Amino acid sequence: MGVTIIPEIIRESLNNLVKNGERSDDRSFDDYRDIYLETGVISKAEGSARVKIGKTQIMVGAKPQIGEPFSDTPNVGVLMTNSELIPMASPDFEPGPPDERSVELARVTDRCMREAGVVDLEKLCIIEGKKVWMIFLDLHIIDYDGNLMDAAVLGSMAALMDTKIQEAKVVDDEVVIDPEKKVPLPIKEKALMCTFAKIGGELIVDPSLEEEQVMDARISIGMRADGSICAMQKGGMQPLTKDEILKAVERTGEITKKLMEHLPQNNQ
Amino acid sequence: MIFIEDKQMVIPGDVLADKEYQSGRGTFKEDDKICSSLVGLVAIRDKKISVIPLQSKYIPKRGDVVIGEITDIRFSMWNLNINSPYSGILPASDVFGKEKRDLNKAFNVGDVLFLRVVDVDEVKKVKLGLKGRGLGKFRDGILIYITPTKVPRLIGKKGSMINMIKDETKCEVVVGQNGVVWVKGDPSMERVAEKVINMIEEQAHTSGLTDRVRNMLFELLGKEIPEKEEKPEETQEATDEEEENGEDLIQ
Repeated sequence: MGVTIIPEIIRESLNNLVKNGERSDDRSFDDYRDIYLETGVISKAEGSARVKIGKTQIMVGAKPQIGEPFSDTPNVGVLMTNSELIPMASPDFEPGPPDERSVELARVTDRCMREAGVVDLEKLCIIEGKKVWMIFLDLHIIDYDGNLMDAAVLGSMAALMDTKIQEAKVVDDEVVIDPEKKVPLPIKEKALMCTFAKIGGELIVDPSLEEEQVMDARISIGMRADGSICAMQKGGMQPLTKDEILKAVERTGEITKKLMEHLPQNNQ
Repeated sequence: MIFIEDKQMVIPGDVLADKEYQSGRGTFKEDDKICSSLVGLVAIRDKKISVIPLQSKYIPKRGDVVIGEITDIRFSMWNLNINSPYSGILPASDVFGKEKRDLNKAFNVGDVLFLRVVDVDEVKKVKLGLKGRGLGKFRDGILIYITPTKVPRLIGKKGSMINMIKDETKCEVVVGQNGVVWVKGDPSMERVAEKVINMIEEQAHTSGLTDRVRNMLFELLGKEIPEKEEKPEETQEATDEEEENGEDLIQ
C-alpha cells in the first residue's frame, strides 16, 4: 500500500473550508455526490449492478452456485463477498494479492449484508447439511474517487435484489435444477451504509478522494430500513468521541432513508 | 492535400494530410499520409501539422518553472513530486551553498515549492533549483491541478487571462508549467478563482473563452456584466506559449 504524500497546503485549505461550513465541491456536510445506479448490466451473471457516486464507480456481480454448507450451520445458505482493487482505478492500486483496503472493503460489505439479514439464507438450503445455494458477490472497483464502502454496499444491495436463481428440486436425494424456471433471491431486509470523514473537527458525509486523504478519522455505519444498526467500521488514525458517534448514527438514519430511494422499487 | 481544418478535434488514426505537409508532435506518418496519434486539436503552422492533446502528463523540460511538493528527504537532497511520471530532486547545495545544515529545518515533507527545472538528463532525472525571482516555498493558499497542455490557455495572450483572474479576485496566482496552480487570497475569492480555472480547463479547446471567463467572474462576484467591448481578440490563443513569470511571492 503506497503512502501518498498530501501537500500541507491542501490539508490546510480543506480543513479551513470545513471549519467555515463549506466543502471543496460546494456540497453540504450531509450531501452525497450524484448517485447513479443501474442493475442487470452483466448478462452472464445472475445478478449485477453498476453504481457511481460522483466519480467513484463499482461493478458488482452476484453468482449463485450449489455447494456444501458449513458444518456448524447445515441448514443455511452461504453469502460470500470478494473485492478487487484493479490498478486501472487509481495510481495507488497495485496488482497482486489483495491489500488491506481491499480486504477491509470486502469484509465490511459482507458484514453489512449478512448481519442485516438482507438475504433469507435459510431459504437457500436445498438438502440440509448437504446442498445449499452459495451466493458469491464480486466487487470490481472501476474508478476510485473516495467512499468505496457506501458505493459497494449500495451496489451489493442492488445486485442481490436483481439476482435470480434457478429453481432447485430434490428428486431421490439428488438435486435437479430447472434452467427454465428462475426465482428472485429471497430478500427480507434492506440495508445501506453511510460513511463519515472527520475533518477539522466536523463529520462530513461521502468523503471524496481528496477529503479521504486528509481526514483524521472515518466511521462507516450500516443501517437497516427500520433504522437499526447492522454494521460499523472505524478507520483513520485519530479517535472519535462518544458524542460524535452518536450524532453520526442519528444522521445516518435520515441519510440512508434518502439513499434507499436509489434502490429499484419493484422487488417482489 | 489537407483533410482537416485548424483547431479541429481528431482522434487517433484520423488522416490529417498528404505528404506535402510535415509531421509534427502528436502525429505519425503512414504510407505518405500524416495521421493523428492522439485525441486532441489540430494545430497547423505553415506546412507543419501537430496535434495538441486534450489530456496529457507533464514531461519535464529544462527552464520550465514548476510547482512541486516534497515527498522525501534524503542525505543531501529533497525528492519532489512535480505532477509528472518523473520525480524531481532538489540538491541541498542549491539551498545552503557550501554550508552544512539539517535539511528538514529548511523544507519538510509535504511542503510545496515553486522551482525551476535546472536540468533534465537522458534518463529523465530532473534537477530542480530555487535560484530566481519568486522561487521558494508557498505558505497557505490552495492548489489546483489542470492538464499541463492547457497551461498556455490559462495564461492567455500576454497573460491576459491570468491577469484578469488576478485583478478581479485580488488573489495571487502562480502557474507552474506542470499544471499545478497556486492561488492565495481571501478564502471566498480563492474558491471563485478555483471555479474559474476549472472552467477554463474544461473549455480550453473552445473559442471565445476570454469573454465567457469574464462573464463567469462577474457573475460569481455578483458584479454587473459590462457591455462587451468591440475588440476582436482571441484568434490564436490556444498555441500561445506564454511563460508565467513568478509573481512576487512572500518568502
